[in-house]
Amino acid sequence: MNLKAILLGACSAAVLAGMAHAETLTIATVNNGDMVRMQKLTDDFTKANPDIQLQWVTLEENVLRERVTTDVATKGGQYDIMTIGTYEVPIWAKQGWLLPLDNLGADYDVDDLLPAIRSGLTMDGKLYAAPFYGESSMVMYRKDLMEKAGLKMPDAPTWDFIADAARKMTDRSAGINGICLRGKAGWGENIAFLTATSNAFGARWFDENWKPQFDQPEWKKTLDFYVQLMKDAGPPGASSNGFNENLALFQQGKCGMWIDATVAASFVTDPKSSTVADKVGFALAPDTGLGKRGNWLWAWNLAIPAGTQKAAAAEKFVSWATSKHYLDLVAEKEGWANVPPGTRTSLYKNENYLKAAPFAKMTLDSINAADPKNPSVKPVPYVGVQFVAIPEFQGLGTTVGQLFSAALAGQMSVDDALAQAQGVASREMQRGGYMK
Amino acid sequence: MARAVSTRRKVVFTILAWSVALLLFFPILYTVITSVKTEGEAISGFSLIPSFTFENYVEVQTQRDYWRPFTNSVVLSLLSTFVALVIAVPAAWAMAFSPTPRTKDILMWMLSTKMMPAVAVLVPIYLLFRDWGLLDTRTGLTFMLTMINLPIVVWMLYTYFREIPGEILEAARMDGATLWGEIAYVLTPMAIPGIASTMLLNIILAWNESFWTIRLTTTNSAPLTAFIASFSSPQGLFWAKLSAASTLAIAPILIMGWFSQKQLVRGLTFGAVK
Repeated sequence: MNLKAILLGACSAAVLAGMAHAETLTIATVNNGDMVRMQKLTDDFTKANPDIQLQWVTLEENVLRERVTTDVATKGGQYDIMTIGTYEVPIWAKQGWLLPLDNLGADYDVDDLLPAIRSGLTMDGKLYAAPFYGESSMVMYRKDLMEKAGLKMPDAPTWDFIADAARKMTDRSAGINGICLRGKAGWGENIAFLTATSNAFGARWFDENWKPQFDQPEWKKTLDFYVQLMKDAGPPGASSNGFNENLALFQQGKCGMWIDATVAASFVTDPKSSTVADKVGFALAPDTGLGKRGNWLWAWNLAIPAGTQKAAAAEKFVSWATSKHYLDLVAEKEGWANVPPGTRTSLYKNENYLKAAPFAKMTLDSINAADPKNPSVKPVPYVGVQFVAIPEFQGLGTTVGQLFSAALAGQMSVDDALAQAQGVASREMQRGGYMK
Repeated sequence: MARAVSTRRKVVFTILAWSVALLLFFPILYTVITSVKTEGEAISGFSLIPSFTFENYVEVQTQRDYWRPFTNSVVLSLLSTFVALVIAVPAAWAMAFSPTPRTKDILMWMLSTKMMPAVAVLVPIYLLFRDWGLLDTRTGLTFMLTMINLPIVVWMLYTYFREIPGEILEAARMDGATLWGEIAYVLTPMAIPGIASTMLLNIILAWNESFWTIRLTTTNSAPLTAFIASFSSPQGLFWAKLSAASTLAIAPILIMGWFSQKQLVRGLTFGAVK
């Protein structure tokens, strides 16, 4: 009896001692396929690092943004690793809210990260976040409908071609809309698409002195073109369609073309959920001959907030989750088509990956074609292709998004929407001290 | 003739009552229907006929742990309700039976704390919680939920207690009842329906509170509201899975409400008919 008690006590002490040494990392993340997959594969990490345990907090994108912003701004220390977008990284790094990633390990190979993605995450030569998956935007189209319309999609189409094709493919009696584009208001919804598109039309949010440019002819041309095209060839109720709504429409065969995130390629070619999986073709985002394409650049990244007490362990995890080894691990367990795309050059040289992902080349070309430092034809004072990397942009972008969405819905004219956008943006820039 | 009119009236009122009930219940019903649709069906417009797939429930269960947030929800709602009642019963009792000229103002002031949008005090509260080490703890969240619902609990109990005639208490006193005897044998039995319905309503409010429970927790004390929120996705279809998660989250409280509806209705209409 006594021996039993002693043994039991010794065992509990050992367990407690073990627990005392174990560090638990709290990771905040969004609910998307790649992140869910990573949560399933973490055994590989915890086996190699038995002293580190992981717990996940998954939240809706906007709630996550609000939660992690509150936490990082107040140095609440609730999270050791945060999943943040390309928009936040430069702003937060400048505020001193993120720790630089200096110790990712000898075999991490930072130079293998795609240059376009890496440059958006670097400040003063230091990397402040590691990309987990990257994306751009491109044209996804129905090859069968294109053929029926008697057209052939070039690899690098112009907006005129797209508009012409969209109108020819539209057959409303059969429920087919020539083109599906984002219309739902929001800085990450219609504004992401329209800002990227406006770059191709030569428009920009601000001139070099931070003066808003919505009163310029380029913006009028962009918005007129978009509203008219959607009226002629878009789905009904387009002003409430975001990524997910258009994805559903395309998968059900109701769209001739869809211009959106490259990550959608894996969804629309998945025969389990898409009725048109074998009929999809890809092309670069369109231009207007001015030298800029309307394709954006985005990455979900892992970053370490300055308030954490477990920086070393957190960096170990970030290194593991964004390493070449992780890509191999996903390939081994789930197949090459499920590897998170858009972060590493070596992935696009891998024959197995290129074979499994027919959209790989187009994704890489789209990412490489995006230039966050010079997004538009004319010079700009900001960084970002489909956003402007200043803290005021979330609020401003959403307000302007509501105006543009109203113009699409026919609740106000394009001229009114632009005039109001100019007013709102001017006030915001004056208040923020950007514009005297 | 009179009988015919009353029958017709009955039918009209029955139909009206059912329509209102259906209208109120419809969002929940549609959530349940959506939870057994495929993701494609869920997003492709209004339809009441699902394909009865249960894969969403399977996926929701395998993707995340249901029982930890469930336990948190149970503990938080019960504990916060208990603490709120401990504070509110004496407070409401004092205000109802020994009112002062300032009682109405105090009641109004308590209610006025509910008039400010929660987000306005997010940062100060977050900072206090951080400094006191209360972030992501059940203690902190119980405190928060108690404070949020306290004004409503006091108000409800005050209204119920006011309905108890003071003469009965006086009569008890005349018969020699002590203060405790008065509370235990006279007041409590009469106030039980009111206290019960206040308790049930408070449990429901605490169970459904999502603003603070999502913002002040990460994993350890996160209740079912955070569980639901984790299924919303920026890229990829999620409505059916979200509905399955919501159904799992509201099922316990719905069942509780179902079984206690007699008490709820009795409490809510208490004193309405004299």
